[in-house]
Amino acid sequence: MTALSQRTKPTGPVGNSLTTGQLPRFSEIYVLVGAAVVSALLLLLIGFNVVGWLVLTAIFYLIALGLLSLVVENRRKATDRIVRGLVTIAFLLALIPLVSTLSTVIIQGAGELSWSFITQTGASTFDPDTLEVKQTPGALQAIVGTLIITGIAALISIPIGLFTSIYLVEYALPKQWLARTVTFLVDVMTGIPSIVAGLFAFSLFSILVGPKAFSGFSAAVALSVLMIPTVVRACEEMLRLVPGDLREASYALGVSKFATIVKIVLPTAIAGLITGIMLAIARVIGETAPIFLAASFTDNFNSNAFDGPMQTLPVLAYTGYAFPGSDIPASNASAWGAALLLVILVVILNLIARVIAKIFAPKGAR
Amino acid sequence: MSDKISVQSAPPSSPGSVGTTTGKAPGDSPRNSAAASRGSSRVRPGDFIFRFLSTGSAVLIMIILAGVALFLIISAIPAITADWGTNDQLNTGPTAGFPNFWAYVGPLIWGTLWSAAIALLIGAPIGIGIALFISHYAPRRLAGILGYLVDLLAAVPSIVFGLWGIIVIRPFLLPLSDWLSANLGWIPLFGGTVTTTGSTILAGALVLAVMILPIITSISREIFLQTPRLHEEAALALGATRWEMIRMAVFPYAKSGIVSATLLGLGRALGETMAIALIISPAIIVSARLITEGQNSQTIAANIALNFPIATTLQRDALIGTGLMLFVISLAVNSIARVIVNGKPRSGKKKSKTPGPSSPGPLSRVPAGDFASATAIDVVAGSSRAGKPGDDGPAPEETNEGARF
Repeated sequence: MTALSQRTKPTGPVGNSLTTGQLPRFSEIYVLVGAAVVSALLLLLIGFNVVGWLVLTAIFYLIALGLLSLVVENRRKATDRIVRGLVTIAFLLALIPLVSTLSTVIIQGAGELSWSFITQTGASTFDPDTLEVKQTPGALQAIVGTLIITGIAALISIPIGLFTSIYLVEYALPKQWLARTVTFLVDVMTGIPSIVAGLFAFSLFSILVGPKAFSGFSAAVALSVLMIPTVVRACEEMLRLVPGDLREASYALGVSKFATIVKIVLPTAIAGLITGIMLAIARVIGETAPIFLAASFTDNFNSNAFDGPMQTLPVLAYTGYAFPGSDIPASNASAWGAALLLVILVVILNLIARVIAKIFAPKGAR
Repeated sequence: MSDKISVQSAPPSSPGSVGTTTGKAPGDSPRNSAAASRGSSRVRPGDFIFRFLSTGSAVLIMIILAGVALFLIISAIPAITADWGTNDQLNTGPTAGFPNFWAYVGPLIWGTLWSAAIALLIGAPIGIGIALFISHYAPRRLAGILGYLVDLLAAVPSIVFGLWGIIVIRPFLLPLSDWLSANLGWIPLFGGTVTTTGSTILAGALVLAVMILPIITSISREIFLQTPRLHEEAALALGATRWEMIRMAVFPYAKSGIVSATLLGLGRALGETMAIALIISPAIIVSARLITEGQNSQTIAANIALNFPIATTLQRDALIGTGLMLFVISLAVNSIARVIVNGKPRSGKKKSKTPGPSSPGPLSRVPAGDFASATAIDVVAGSSRAGKPGDDGPAPEETNEGARF
């Protein structure tokens, strides 16, 4: 009892050797608040703005924390704390464009988005009395074009991509030259600039069909060039996740390779396959440059993919700014409307993909 | 003939009429086994077609890539070989004033590389920082969500970034441009007449930097997470701070991965069209100036997008020629990146994924947002490869059972 009281006696401001030479626990937060206050005061003298305040706060925080740590702790800990601060700032920095982009699109596009914008074909009408060109906003032609072109692209790419991934996972031996070449080429293909795919489709169809061979199908071919590698990558990853035990069990029962793939491997991986394919579609649906080159742009409603230019949402958004009509604000507004519609489409596709992944994932993962 | 066989196979003691009926049953098995042994050497139609389709698709990919190059070359040759000074299609409009194709494409290549380099200069450190934050600093529970947030950036269509750049980034950078011009105008980079609208290559490159963030982040994050847990723990146990641990254990391991992530980001930046086309006000000149208007070097992709609709046939061919150059450049960059990433970390990837289940440590560090790797932990264990030898599995049983399907 006496020994215990003796031991507890010296506690107090002295502290033990483990905690001396360390900054107090929440010192980083105190420093951050301090830096924010100081930089706010400083900026109030010369005119306050949010960006400057954030930048100054970050700089003051890093300097103050570094100095404090250098004095109380040591140089190594000071470096550690500064790096931690830098890395966190880098992450917050990345969130700014994300939030800013999405909020800008929503704010700018929400005003334009209405039922008539979705269900009407945009057109400009000339009023002979007042000599004014009136534009009626509408994106129906673009929505239809986007769905048709993306749909055809998916129809082309999914079988090719899926079969290629089946080849890579099920048939090819790991060291085989064809497998290695294809893997490498798929990797390289992911990096093809989208505009080059558009040029390819344009020159392919202008050689095959003749000059000015703009068509939705041509754009779909361009998108396929971009989509196939994404599908192959995603499906290959998913097929490799199917346990080898399942295949072996199937072979041991004497099931042929074809039946094993169709009845065992593909059903096991189906959720992942659909997710990957959805994400691939979401990736290409926002492509602008290839569609712009291969399908050109038009204000007319065109649902025939094999004849004539076709309008799409991303291209509508691009031409609204790059080649505006006579009423520039109206063109810009419909560009934002199209951009918002596009973002909504991408979000829906992503959500579907996530939901499918969530629903089916536990089954595949035992 | 068949009579003889059935008689032979039938028990000699049985009467003739019964012999034929009973003879059929034993006679079945030899015929069956004969079919089985034949079946093992012969491929069944379903198998054959499926194998053909799969291999065909793989070959088709090679054909497509070759086709892309081939058709670009075919279309570009008339413009590349033409004499631009005397050709009346090429000495007007967007291609006017250039003696030949190479004089036209040279400044464009410079502009492409220059804007991508600035974007990389801004984007790569931030991207790697984010990857470090997610893999080594963020709370484990949050890491997956944070990674998903950054991946969301990749899902935003490029055209949206372009529009965003026009109305947000351009005005945002104006004060900075003014300040740079006033105070640092003597540096050639910031020379020239300062912009009034903000359509500078700096604004374009900043948007490009945002667009390449997700690719750099996701690849470096993947590589950082593959650092052997034991290396990290050994460093920490020796008293290293977290940063020292990263510098001594993570970076050496992930060096080539970081390089290839950066190169892949470069590849993306090189080919990006819309942001540049919408934001900067360009000229086809070799210029390193960052904050001027009309003196920004144009990039290949943006030049194509802006001039394609108004170009005549031969001018289009010229644009396709510049596209061919872009194709070659990005192909080279991507190939180098892939060779680097396939060289070391790729083998590391396969190896390090396998110990996932055996060493409990790294489990919590896999980003939950990443569906693939989350599932990989439970399933993979390298066993998927083991399914391969089943190819030459037991033939007779296979055909007998396989008949059911």
